[in-house]
Amino acid sequence: MSRLHIECEINGDDAEFLCDADESLLDALRDEVGLTGTKEGCGTGDCGACSIILNGNLICACLAFAPEAQGGVIETIEGMADGDQLHPLQTAFLEHAALQCGVCTPGVLITSKSLLESNPDPTETEVRYAIAGNLCRCTGYDKIVKAILVAAKEMKQNPMKGARL
Amino acid sequence: MSVVTEEKPIKQSYKYVGTRPVRHDGLEKVNGKARFAADMTKPRMIHGHVLRSPYAHARILSIDTTEAEAMPGVKAIVTESDFPLPKKDEGFPHRSKNLIARDKVRYEGQAVAAVAANTRRQAKEAAAKIKVNYEELPSVITVDEAMAEDAPLVHEDLLTEGLDSEPTKPSNIAKRSFFEQGDLAAGFAQADVVFEHEFTTKVVHQGYIEPHACVADTSRDGRSEIWCSSQGHFMVRSATANMLGWETSKIKVIPAEIGGGFGGKTTIYLEPLAVKLSEKADHPVKMVMSRDEVFKATGPTPGTKIRVKIGAKKNGEITAGKAWLAYESGAFPGPWGLLGGWCVFACYNIPNIQIETLEVVVNKPVNIAYRAPSAPMAAFATETVIDQIARDIKMDPIELRLLNAVKEGDYNHSDMVGTFQRIGLRETLEAIRNHPNYKIPLGPNQGRGIATGFWFNIAESSSATVNLTEDGTAVVITGSPDIGGSRASMALMAAEELGIDPKLIQPLVGDTEAVGFTDVTEGSRATFATGLAVVRACQKLVVQLKERASIMWECSVDDIEWVDGSAVHKEGKESPLTIAKITGKAKKTGGPLNATGSLEAKGQGPAFSTQICDLEVDPETGRVTILRYTTAQDAGTAIHPSYVEGQMQGGVAQGIGWALNEEYIHSKKGVMENPGFLDYRIPVASDLPMIETIIVEVPNPKHPYGVRGVGEVGIVPPVPAVANAIHNAVGIRLRDAPMSPVKVLKALNQKNGING
Repeated sequence: MSRLHIECEINGDDAEFLCDADESLLDALRDEVGLTGTKEGCGTGDCGACSIILNGNLICACLAFAPEAQGGVIETIEGMADGDQLHPLQTAFLEHAALQCGVCTPGVLITSKSLLESNPDPTETEVRYAIAGNLCRCTGYDKIVKAILVAAKEMKQNPMKGARL
Repeated sequence: MSVVTEEKPIKQSYKYVGTRPVRHDGLEKVNGKARFAADMTKPRMIHGHVLRSPYAHARILSIDTTEAEAMPGVKAIVTESDFPLPKKDEGFPHRSKNLIARDKVRYEGQAVAAVAANTRRQAKEAAAKIKVNYEELPSVITVDEAMAEDAPLVHEDLLTEGLDSEPTKPSNIAKRSFFEQGDLAAGFAQADVVFEHEFTTKVVHQGYIEPHACVADTSRDGRSEIWCSSQGHFMVRSATANMLGWETSKIKVIPAEIGGGFGGKTTIYLEPLAVKLSEKADHPVKMVMSRDEVFKATGPTPGTKIRVKIGAKKNGEITAGKAWLAYESGAFPGPWGLLGGWCVFACYNIPNIQIETLEVVVNKPVNIAYRAPSAPMAAFATETVIDQIARDIKMDPIELRLLNAVKEGDYNHSDMVGTFQRIGLRETLEAIRNHPNYKIPLGPNQGRGIATGFWFNIAESSSATVNLTEDGTAVVITGSPDIGGSRASMALMAAEELGIDPKLIQPLVGDTEAVGFTDVTEGSRATFATGLAVVRACQKLVVQLKERASIMWECSVDDIEWVDGSAVHKEGKESPLTIAKITGKAKKTGGPLNATGSLEAKGQGPAFSTQICDLEVDPETGRVTILRYTTAQDAGTAIHPSYVEGQMQGGVAQGIGWALNEEYIHSKKGVMENPGFLDYRIPVASDLPMIETIIVEVPNPKHPYGVRGVGEVGIVPPVPAVANAIHNAVGIRLRDAPMSPVKVLKALNQKNGING
């Protein structure tokens, strides 16, 4: 089977890779591009560990075919910080101990980033529903929810934080 | 053997212990750079795939790999013939027979063969071409089915251990244990109220988000390097070597970051297959489980059937307790019933008790530890009956527990405890009783449930090496995989001993060739036991640092004390020497400064947790919503309070899942019908409220900082706390977990005389 040549933008850089027609975007990112920050927890879209942003939409990369990335713009956890400058969500997660094993963390961070971009001032309930598709087995979500609320407040007070220039 | 009583007495105040620095491994975990098991690639690496049994129980008549071998890209295939049975099947339960099926498959998902090929797709397609000729056999799925007269046998040669008379025929009961104390009949005769009930729980999975994965690189000179995530890489090394018949020293295991374990990664599954495939193929082989494989072939925790009878006087004094506990162990025997029996009455001082436990094999995956293994099911029974007694004699459920709670000097009948040292059960009960959340008014269909829980904790072997660097920083290497922030607590303890900021300490998990033998991170032991090893190494270093300072100053060591990270001359004759100043001159004073600490730790100190669950029952649908949750747990001393809270909250969340949603659903033929996170429903963020934590600190006298393990006990109280809260809310007693909407509604309808 001949492989497909895909060109897209990943975390602000031009990228290209070869993939099978029925390969998942998750496998392509991890195996073809080498971006292993996006995790596979289930492969069926139930756990959210592979959350990425494709063309502005939050998706489970395991549920997208790699060729769907053609000409697209992808954001993954590897692009969340701006160089050494962590995103306020990343800082809040560190300061509020919002991670234990850390395997769900990339997906939770990407989902929360997507949430705060569309709803900069979420209530606790809105946060809980926004990340309901991201399973965490370690934390009981308490510290994650608190960290997201702290980051939202921080970003509201300092609008330039977390924004790309 | 070292015993920790040599340690210096517990300090009253700390500079770094008890603070909340950002964890050292945090940055890599928020920027995607942390490398978990499946993130590893190697040059020339190929991919392995396991062929698994579609049947719960079948005889393997033949395996033909001819067609599979001819498939594109295939480099190697292994079956049971590649794994001669070791003389002694190391580890529990019967690892070598479990990891690759031999005469029979005993559960759906058991490995039958494995293929390595150039791509994952090729390996999977080739595996499908392996022809296995099965003779399907009738299966047993529950304790009741397995113990029935003339039940199909999971093992034709299994004779029950521990019976009063020698068994004459095989059965599915692997072992019976029996314990008595006092006079049971007299104890119940003294009681004014006696309740006896039967409880059942279903199989649940640890549910770690990272599936098992490994990369094995085996060279032709009989050495192999394994990169994998586990709760103990020394265990991976010895278990893999044992199954392969290799010398342990020929295998190196490099710990990846571990994406959750909860007991489920205290054993191996893929590693021997990967090593053998790699050897045959002469390529590094990567194997990664799918979620479906994780559910069907790893974990889970046993399903149980438990009967508990407790008698008490009207004044609340418990006079007698009787328990019968049958625990599944999956397809091979395990220790789970016995552990449950040791926990069932452990919170209470009951003069007259009788406990009988059974280990029952069934055609389901082999059970492995899950956070305080066996304790939650036993607590479900005891704590629910205790609640019933409290309601009956109209006594506050906390007061009833306080009246009977075990304390220092009381005796625990298990081999693991004996006489209790200083423990914190009463303190957790008092913390809950005195908390405002215990008195918040409740609305209609809302209820409050209390439960308490016990877990032994364990200690075992640990090693640590601490190297001081030229610039005065310290590298702390331990053999304990970090499953929840233990690197941060190692750094804090090292910081406290050395007197330097935790930021100057680099805590690492060393591979099997970088640090001394260390047991699995299990039994809430890492911060306690491995922490002790770190403390010892650092104490040795402080001695060395003072000696070096005495050489530099040409004075007696006795004139020097170690204060805030510097050698200080007691009479002030010299300016203090920092670690950097001493290590900078190390070449002239005797060479590099490093030290190891290793011990077989003792005195870990049991853990207790008391919890309040507030919930609301929807009488229309039977759905239960958790409104508030409060947990008080004795941590001894919280080294890094944020991660202590994290353990408490995580345990509660898993317990709530166990109480309300989680269960393996099997077809009549023993095929799992919900092997995915859509149908096996673990709690999501919108299911839960904030989980309020109260860290109780009753220092463990056997640890220099008073540490007790905190990882496990939090999962023990939630199932009965939820059950008791449901009763308080709507007056129904549920004794079958999970307490799903269907069961709640059915019980409500029965209570209201409605035919559901």
